[in-house]
Amino acid sequence: MNRLTAVAGNSGPKVRSDCEITLELKQKGGISIDLTSKVKALYGDSIIKQCNDLLKFFGIRNAYLSVNDSGALPFVISARLEAAIKMLVNTDLEFIPEMLSGNRYSSSKDRFRFSRLYIPGNTPSMMLNAGLHSADGIIYDLEDSVAPDKKDEARLLVRNALCQVGLRGAERMVRINQGSPGKKDLWSVIPQNVNLVLIPKCDEPANVKEIDDEISLIRKKLKIRKSVFLMPIIESARGVENASGICRASGNIVAVAIGLEDLTADMGVMRSPGGKESFYARSRVVMAAKAAGIQPIDSVFSDVADMEGLKQNVVDSKAMGFEGMGCIHPRQVPVINNSFAPEVAELDKAMKIVIAFEDARKKGFGVVSLGSKMIDKPVVTRAQKMIDLAIKLGILSDDWNKNK
Amino acid sequence: MAVKTLINAAGRSVPLEINGMPAIPFKGVGKHRPEGVRYSPPIPTCQDYPADGNKVVSSLEEALKKCGLRDGMTISTHHHLRDGDLISNTIFEIASRMGVKDLVWFPSASFPCNDPVIKYLDDGTINRIEGSMNGPLGRYVSEGKMKGTAVLRSHGGRVQAIQDGEVKIDIAVLAAPSADTFGNARGTGGTSACGVLGYAKADAMYAAKVIVVTDNLVDLPCFPMEIEGNYVDYVVVTDKIGIPEKIVSGTTEITKSPDRLLIAELTASFLEKSGILKDGVKMQAGAGGTSLAIAVFVHEILKQKGWKSAFGFGGSTKYMVKMLEEGQMGYILDAQAFDLDAVRSVEVNPNHVPYPVYNAYNYHSKGNLTSMMDIMILGATEVDVNFNGNVVTHSDGYLLHGIGGWQNCLHARNVILPVPLFRDRIPVIVDEVTTLCGPGELIDVIITERGIAINPLRKDLIKSIKGSGLPLRTIEELKEEAEMICGKPQKARFEDKIVAAVKWVDGTVIDVVRQIKIR
Repeated sequence: MNRLTAVAGNSGPKVRSDCEITLELKQKGGISIDLTSKVKALYGDSIIKQCNDLLKFFGIRNAYLSVNDSGALPFVISARLEAAIKMLVNTDLEFIPEMLSGNRYSSSKDRFRFSRLYIPGNTPSMMLNAGLHSADGIIYDLEDSVAPDKKDEARLLVRNALCQVGLRGAERMVRINQGSPGKKDLWSVIPQNVNLVLIPKCDEPANVKEIDDEISLIRKKLKIRKSVFLMPIIESARGVENASGICRASGNIVAVAIGLEDLTADMGVMRSPGGKESFYARSRVVMAAKAAGIQPIDSVFSDVADMEGLKQNVVDSKAMGFEGMGCIHPRQVPVINNSFAPEVAELDKAMKIVIAFEDARKKGFGVVSLGSKMIDKPVVTRAQKMIDLAIKLGILSDDWNKNK
Repeated sequence: MAVKTLINAAGRSVPLEINGMPAIPFKGVGKHRPEGVRYSPPIPTCQDYPADGNKVVSSLEEALKKCGLRDGMTISTHHHLRDGDLISNTIFEIASRMGVKDLVWFPSASFPCNDPVIKYLDDGTINRIEGSMNGPLGRYVSEGKMKGTAVLRSHGGRVQAIQDGEVKIDIAVLAAPSADTFGNARGTGGTSACGVLGYAKADAMYAAKVIVVTDNLVDLPCFPMEIEGNYVDYVVVTDKIGIPEKIVSGTTEITKSPDRLLIAELTASFLEKSGILKDGVKMQAGAGGTSLAIAVFVHEILKQKGWKSAFGFGGSTKYMVKMLEEGQMGYILDAQAFDLDAVRSVEVNPNHVPYPVYNAYNYHSKGNLTSMMDIMILGATEVDVNFNGNVVTHSDGYLLHGIGGWQNCLHARNVILPVPLFRDRIPVIVDEVTTLCGPGELIDVIITERGIAINPLRKDLIKSIKGSGLPLRTIEELKEEAEMICGKPQKARFEDKIVAAVKWVDGTVIDVVRQIKIR
């Protein structure tokens, strides 16, 4: 690499919680840092120290560094500086922030995935509070929401966010890029406790297998024991026709999503409010998913201002057999959660199942039955989850079985 | 030269003298009891005024000269024209031209449009500003460039200072959207309508001389008058008193930020689940995006339950007007109208009543409206672990806002501060506020996107939301979370020089702002 100057990050009147780093490597003269920041009076010293520590970590002794900060948190500053360094210096070193203890949880295959909130992978301001909106999953998106020339810095930002942003139990997801950049994404993010990887534009089972194999390799090499689930996204006519193979491509697949913007483009039609043009594709994906025992997840609803439209959309979606939907705005989360939420009849049944199970356990019975029907363990688990969710949504009080 | 200081009842070091006049350190909430009688302006004689009632003079300059404008006088203005005010700056331009020095400007608030007065601070026309300061003006004062010491008062504190003679207004220049030749004036009509003139009433009554400036001269009587001509010395007719689109925002809008909406939702949910929100409730909320969203959510709850708020105290906005018009609010008592819907409503709806701060907030009033309010929604730049609040300075020590009605409103039954845990990287919940504006004993609930902290003094409130599922935290936990996310901030650094005194509602000094140390 012969370049001597690199710029990473963002600045400008509308940019918040981010910074722009300009790094210039020098032959001599040590490190000089120029800091412009609206939080300088409060964090100036700590920002300078952080930059010095990071430069030292990467073995840089002579450089001019300009930091144009608009209130970036430490994990953002270090991601930006690392990105600038890596534009100029070939290195395998990684400066990884501490993993918050609250971020170490694992997920489970059968958890509900009603809402999963997309967070653009290179926009720090949207990351900070991502975990507060009660989405079942948070997707850090490295694919379509990141400009092609920002992919490298987004990868580092997402890696750091996975460590430092508390997601409060939401399933930790990353949407990677297609092809070899996607594999590079995996090496960066998988070590930071990713619960689930979304694989975009899956046309055939091989697209999934490739990613699954790469993840196995990473897990083996880094001795990661927690499983990493997969959610392929079907976004083309070929993908729809291959849905059933895609859904069975790996035992790690827990859900499949459909992406209607790309699919309708591939079909050469406009996306309409009623979705008549994608009815077959949606049904096909639902069927393939159900047959494979995984959750079918519907496409995002793109008009963020139209909450009524969204609600109707979810009702239709649920009726078709979908079990969740993507969100592109936090305000969509409660609408989606509430509309996918268990209805009264469903909930009644779940409560009966859980009570029957508790009774059986107290009496020491090995087998649970409700009326004349035997109940399998997964059914009980699912019923309990439905009740947990109803409590979370405020439909049930947490002492619901006290007076039963 | 150094002025003697004392540690006041809030633990802050404050001077015993400000601008050469004695100052009383804060003694505790409700402890200061002034004696004597109210201040009175010089007594006028009606013979000195035109028998035909026509007090119109040719220009503001002539009016100021007739009022005897001279060095050291105190000039008051109101802020109802907000950022569209074209009159205040003109006063000092004229004074500067006349070579007058060392004036005290006593506005009910200043806005970015008033930044040009920096010129007149520089050239000695103005000695100091006693009123809110922000933006470049705040920076100017914070950097120690103003000759005199700023005095920051609440809206009610301003009336208190006028009534007990702490501030003697020599000339009040009152811009009026409509006025007649006798000086009767109101806030509606014409092209510069601002709705109400609630902040100008005390100025009209207590100033030695009063000038009304209007761009809409109407036939006598200008009815319904908020300022009565009997207090007015001169009337000036000018082309334009303000820039309409900057006087009221065409429309106030609720926040679009999902994080702020979350805070608003949590606040509405808290009000409902704690039982504070009920049929007949009396409430007040500001015009900030989060407050407006709270008003919308509260309106929903009122509708659902079939409840009606007895009255709301304005700053009024279209959302409050909507409650009034749809039957979920009995009256709006209004000190200022924030948007066009509010201006229209106050003009046509008899239940939308102009209500001066004179009656609502004033320490020398025989009872205050604020202490009757059930719900008070307020903001803050900082709150500390003792629930103390700061509204005037930024965490970096610079003057940022005026106090507004904030201190006065702390006397409501339930004072609730919906604030983000941090803004960009700056924690809102801190160890100790940079500047103390309101004592923690009056602040009841802090609602952030990451949890709700209730003042331990309010055991009743803590009990009321047990088992509600609301995310109750201690204030220390919130502070620690903010520091975990943002890092522990350095303290802002100050010089010794006092650049502003912060008054409590009773006129005592609760804290001071010192000059910023430039690094």
